[in-house]
Amino acid sequence: MSSNTTDNTGYKSYLEEDGGRKGIFKWILSTDHKRIGLLYLYAMMLWFCVGVVLGLLMKLELIAPGKTLMEAQAYNATFTVHGVIMIFLIVIPGLPAVFGNFMLPIQIGAKDVAFPRLNLFSWYIYILGGILVIISLFGNGPPDTGWTFYAPYSFKTGTNMLPAALGAFVLGFSSILTGLNFIVTIHRMRAPGMTWFKMPLFPWTLYGTAWIQLLATPIIGITLLMVAGERILGIGFFDPAKGGDPLLYQHLFWIYSHPAVYIMILPAMGAISEIIPTFAKKTIFGYKAIVFSTLAIAFVGYFVWGHHMYTSGMSGAALWAFSLLTFIVAIPSAIKVFNWISTMHQGSISTEIPFLWAASFIFIFMIGGLTGLVLGSLAIDVHVHDTAFVVAHFHFIVFGGVGFAFFGAIHYWFSKIFGRKYDPSWAKTGWIIFFIGFVTLYGPMFYLGIKGMPRRYFDYLEEFHGPNIISTLGAMVMVAGFLIILVNLIKSARHGEKTTEMNPWGGTNLEWQVPTPPPLENFDEIPVIDKATYKYD
Amino acid sequence: MSESIAHHDEHRDDEASKLGIWLFIFTELLFFGGLFITYAVYRHAHPQAFHMAAQQLDVAVGTINTVILLISSMTIAMATTSIQKKDKRTTLILIGITLVLALVFLVNKYFEWSAKIDHGIWPGSPLLEELGKGDTLFFGLYFFMTGLHALHIIIGMILIIVIFVRVRKDKINFGNFQLLENGGLYWHLVDLIWIFLFPLFYLIT
Amino acid sequence: MSDTTHHIVPYRTYALILLLLLVLTSTSVAVTQIELTRWATIVALLLASTKSAIVLAIFMHLKFDQTVYKVMAIFVVLVITAVIILTFLDYGFR
Repeated sequence: MSSNTTDNTGYKSYLEEDGGRKGIFKWILSTDHKRIGLLYLYAMMLWFCVGVVLGLLMKLELIAPGKTLMEAQAYNATFTVHGVIMIFLIVIPGLPAVFGNFMLPIQIGAKDVAFPRLNLFSWYIYILGGILVIISLFGNGPPDTGWTFYAPYSFKTGTNMLPAALGAFVLGFSSILTGLNFIVTIHRMRAPGMTWFKMPLFPWTLYGTAWIQLLATPIIGITLLMVAGERILGIGFFDPAKGGDPLLYQHLFWIYSHPAVYIMILPAMGAISEIIPTFAKKTIFGYKAIVFSTLAIAFVGYFVWGHHMYTSGMSGAALWAFSLLTFIVAIPSAIKVFNWISTMHQGSISTEIPFLWAASFIFIFMIGGLTGLVLGSLAIDVHVHDTAFVVAHFHFIVFGGVGFAFFGAIHYWFSKIFGRKYDPSWAKTGWIIFFIGFVTLYGPMFYLGIKGMPRRYFDYLEEFHGPNIISTLGAMVMVAGFLIILVNLIKSARHGEKTTEMNPWGGTNLEWQVPTPPPLENFDEIPVIDKATYKYD
Repeated sequence: MSESIAHHDEHRDDEASKLGIWLFIFTELLFFGGLFITYAVYRHAHPQAFHMAAQQLDVAVGTINTVILLISSMTIAMATTSIQKKDKRTTLILIGITLVLALVFLVNKYFEWSAKIDHGIWPGSPLLEELGKGDTLFFGLYFFMTGLHALHIIIGMILIIVIFVRVRKDKINFGNFQLLENGGLYWHLVDLIWIFLFPLFYLIT
Repeated sequence: MSDTTHHIVPYRTYALILLLLLVLTSTSVAVTQIELTRWATIVALLLASTKSAIVLAIFMHLKFDQTVYKVMAIFVVLVITAVIILTFLDYGFR
């Protein structure tokens, strides 16, 4: 991306500092947290396009019953790789990898993260994990197990489970190291005077997320290793013929993968907590409530994993315990929504692009969250488990949640990051089309699920045809909206109108008090903090 | 060698480094934790078979290995004392002893495993299939967990060798020894895991 | 950022702790000679946990470090324990 010219203050922005390196080495050898954040952004953009194409292929297949483009095997591989990419390469790294890396040090008044070289290393192994996923595409073909790799099929399938599992393992390491880096950064590098309760909300969510990354990810690491042990040695952990229990695989898998969704959503909620006060020109309602609900979500979210397994054969005791805990974990999320809305109430709302994304986030997230409660109810889940209803739920809450927050964040922090402005009318057009497409694509799936259409099948009964057509058309609209947004962002980052305006939105946190774009070490002098966050006079 | 007594200078944050290694240790606890969960589940399902299978392990060798690791934990802990007393020679000796003990542990492990394999017991072996599900799970867990533990011993040994060399070159010294302390912490983790592996595999007779 | 001044643990302390750990180890081995039936596991785990606590407190210096490390370590142990208990809500009641 092209650099900003030095403005009249005569400073050099981070994009102009090249550390004596040329070309691509300015980027891939840099330990500057800001460049690393962008490295993640560019890699994730590429992966997202691949994932979207796979999703489109699935929707095209489902536009009519029977084979449209592909048969079962290809479809199974497609939804598996789609899931693996979207989960492990996009939404889990997600906001922390991009905006956490870029903004965390600045927001807490630091020059970089605690371990900058480890940070670059985390990106390297992110790339390595992606390469391993690519490798799994060749030879015997990518796994057809679903991204959940359930045993016993995952150790019986003839497809390339091992490279995919190894890729996920390596990506897990990247996640762990990022989490570790952020925890140490937040503990040790806050500016003088920035007590814990003067820290902005986005870093708070990064903190909660980092603990989940640290404590949950190793479980999937060991589980994948055990699957490898099954495939290579026939060790018997999950093979019923040898005494193993496939349900144990599910337990171990979801002990990570449920907390993983909180890795995805907490930073997204953090970004929303940054955007809304700025565009309501009003201090965030209930700062401490948001902090404690963040920590509560991270903590309780650890103990709800069994709700993915209601129909698998768990005991009655486990069933009601997990359902109860699932209902409990919804409470802190609801608290956050109340806080966001209360912030907007009697605020001075300005409906700029970031705010549009934040407001629509709340709408989409509510649908996703409430349908989660539907699924969390034992009696209902018996009917909708493994149907399109589940697919709709998690796309609303994960894609809707993380995706909308991500788009909001990139538009919010765009000028700070790139020193350029995006075109707001194209951004708005993109948003509207994306939003309409999104709801049209995933909305019908709720209905289809209730009516009984199973997920992960390339075929379906004729009675499901109508809503599937609507859904597939919705996909095309959504992708069109996405392309508008993407092209607008890319063009603007490269050729958009330059700006050095430090605080275009009137935000209150430290990132709006450094130059646009920031200099290499963010601050000439580390600031001393003497007032609370989100204060509007 | 002696510049300052300070435990950190302007550009170095030893406490951050220590926090980092502790966080990493937590991930290792969770990593092995998944296997301990697996052990608990399968032992619950096959209590008799586990009890019988454990008798095929040599308690003496297991005890010796436990003692070895405990001593090695002491020696590397003592090394942080000696480096702060500016006693480079003792530091090197203590680190060296730790390394040797680690090697002896691995040698013992090698003999244990060879003995089992000679008797037809290895992950997924036909004999295990004959012996039944309980035995298959017990020995599957035995090889997997002690194997993963041994891998961590090897990594620990490499780390200790690096530390040894740096102490010799005075890059680790009484004013800058966080790496030694961190290496020690990692080594104690390896000891901690064994403290649980030992009774769960050798002492359930 | 001033941190705790490094507390130097005497060699003697480490040696005594080793002795204690060796005593606990021999106890664990000796106890297997007694028919404890279902208490055997609990006793073994209690002894192992005691040894671990000692290693964590003295060898790993937690006793002398800032409180935050103790809090984190206890928290992690509690989380692992809770996960095991929840898992056994399934396996214990099938």
